[in-house]
Amino acid sequence: MAEATKNKGYVDPRPPVIGPGYDFNSLTNKIADIVFMRHFQKGWLFGLAVAFLGALMLFNTIGYLVLKGVGIWGNSVPVGWAFDIINFVWWIGIGHAGTLISAVLLLLRQSWRNSINRFAEAMTLFAVACAGLFPALHTGRPWVDYWLFPYPNTMGMWPNFRSPLMWDVFAVSTYATVSALFWYIGLIPDLATMRDSAKEKWQRMIFGMLAMGWRGDARHWHRYESAYLLLAGLSTPLVLSVHSIVSFDFAVGIIPGWHTTVFPPYFVAGAIYAGFAMVLTIGIPVRKFYHLEDLITMRHIRNMSKVMLATGLIVGYGYLMELFISWYSGNTYEMFMMKNRMFGPYGYMYWLLILCNIIVPQVLWIKKYRENLKIVFLVSMFINVGMWLERFVIIVMSLNRDFLPSSWRMYKPTVFDFSMFFGTIGFFLTLMFLFIRFVPMIPIFEMKALLPQSKVEEKREEAVEGSLPGGVAPQFGD
Amino acid sequence: MNKQEEPTIYGVMARFDTPTEIVHAAKQVHAAGYRQVNAYSPFPIEELSEAIGFHKDRISLTVLAGGLSGAIGGFLLQYWTSAIDYPINVGGRPLLSLPSFVPIIFESGILLAAFGAVIGMIVMNGLPRPYHPVFNAPGFGRASRDRFFLCIKSTDPKFDGPATHEFLIGLGAKGVTDVEE
Repeated sequence: MAEATKNKGYVDPRPPVIGPGYDFNSLTNKIADIVFMRHFQKGWLFGLAVAFLGALMLFNTIGYLVLKGVGIWGNSVPVGWAFDIINFVWWIGIGHAGTLISAVLLLLRQSWRNSINRFAEAMTLFAVACAGLFPALHTGRPWVDYWLFPYPNTMGMWPNFRSPLMWDVFAVSTYATVSALFWYIGLIPDLATMRDSAKEKWQRMIFGMLAMGWRGDARHWHRYESAYLLLAGLSTPLVLSVHSIVSFDFAVGIIPGWHTTVFPPYFVAGAIYAGFAMVLTIGIPVRKFYHLEDLITMRHIRNMSKVMLATGLIVGYGYLMELFISWYSGNTYEMFMMKNRMFGPYGYMYWLLILCNIIVPQVLWIKKYRENLKIVFLVSMFINVGMWLERFVIIVMSLNRDFLPSSWRMYKPTVFDFSMFFGTIGFFLTLMFLFIRFVPMIPIFEMKALLPQSKVEEKREEAVEGSLPGGVAPQFGD
Repeated sequence: MNKQEEPTIYGVMARFDTPTEIVHAAKQVHAAGYRQVNAYSPFPIEELSEAIGFHKDRISLTVLAGGLSGAIGGFLLQYWTSAIDYPINVGGRPLLSLPSFVPIIFESGILLAAFGAVIGMIVMNGLPRPYHPVFNAPGFGRASRDRFFLCIKSTDPKFDGPATHEFLIGLGAKGVTDVEE
């Protein structure tokens, strides 16, 4: 866009990524005022209360789970992995959109990402926190989860580094750490802005400590930009590797329906698909509630819809390839798996999945529907459900009928499976509610860099010359 | 050095209202031979750090160091534990099973490279630094909001209190003030 504006006569046909009439000051206020608001809005309090009830349900379920063991879940041989792993993969996938928006779109110089990146990164962090709970609790003895990490111990043993589950430990913990670093580094300049704008002493102290004395020094900005760009460059292969490794949990196994080479790219596309759907699911209401239409514009909604459409098609290709390969392999078990998937006892789940992930999102081809917030929101809800169903189809339906009919068994989730799943949604939303109220949810400094005033113009010698008569300095501090 | 008699001056600070003005002024300050100059802005301005003569940072080096040590460490950890300290013979398969070590080599490389970027940036920037003399300048709080500041430090060999003051006013500053140490 910077090049485009330099070319005379060329007008960028796309709407701007920021509403008209903002300057540095009003933009700062627009975002910071949400944090500095003296009261709590009723809608926010109500939302937080409902979400927190969900979180309480999660905490109670975990308490009972630790007390009684994983037997309270419906998992039973041969379905040893069920809701716990479905939810793990679902949450991790949701998290990936945050990294994609903040890192990949930064590298691709998609400046429209600036208003949604912090928000999406926060989503990543909270989604990864929810995801991590499941495998950690699924071990059955979460109090010895530290055994997963390689440390010299009195048992004289080391973890098995040839296992995809071990790769998962490294991938997910690296992902969580790098996402947290990226998020915090992105926050530092804004925390300094909050420190300088705060009216109360305690606010200044808290923001001041978190901002680490950031003062906008040009040298600091230079290093900051380098570090931020490099972090983005590191996060991009990281996010691809994380979901590839998650897919190895399955693809390395020999279960029909898991043992396929298409899994890594297909899982990564699915993750981005689910993640963008979640960004829209949360972004559309937040945008309306806090009147952020000028900062999260229709162009953002449209762009995200298009990303969903594209990744949705890749996912559709994945489904098609699974179908094709199971036939082309000529393998009895593979062919049976596919038939069972479509017409077996859980067959309706497969068709629901196709409806949610493949059929419904096609309405986004039509411009009129991409512009309609209600429809986009509804489609993103369908995708959220669809991506959960996809993991159910892959995990449970491959396990419950494998090689030997004598070992087949239907899987039934218990009430605790559901309370834990919906509990994590509550926990996630609780964290989101706290985030949008107590942290500037849109990067202030990155938005300023998008304003036309932020561009340095050349050839200003005449204008600057003699702008001050007789060397009399005006008041400094206003 | 006696604070009782004369407050030591950290530098002289000039205020500007637009990025264009400060970049223009910074270029002239640099051209006039001042080298110990700092500029402050609410958002990154590429031209500004160039104007005060700061062209190259060394963040990429800390990232490289982090990435290499992470990847090598990840490999050595896996090799030593799986092939030397705790070898398990599974049907005669090689103990140094490189392909299965790749994911963790990659992840640990990324992890330490990211720490390299973050710690490198924080340490080289001299953060955390809760107190800094420039915070004493009146209205400096708006450096994080909508104002741009240029500060010539008193340690600069060319620094000469009143003359530097006049010089900055001549550059079109909207205000110039001394910053106390």
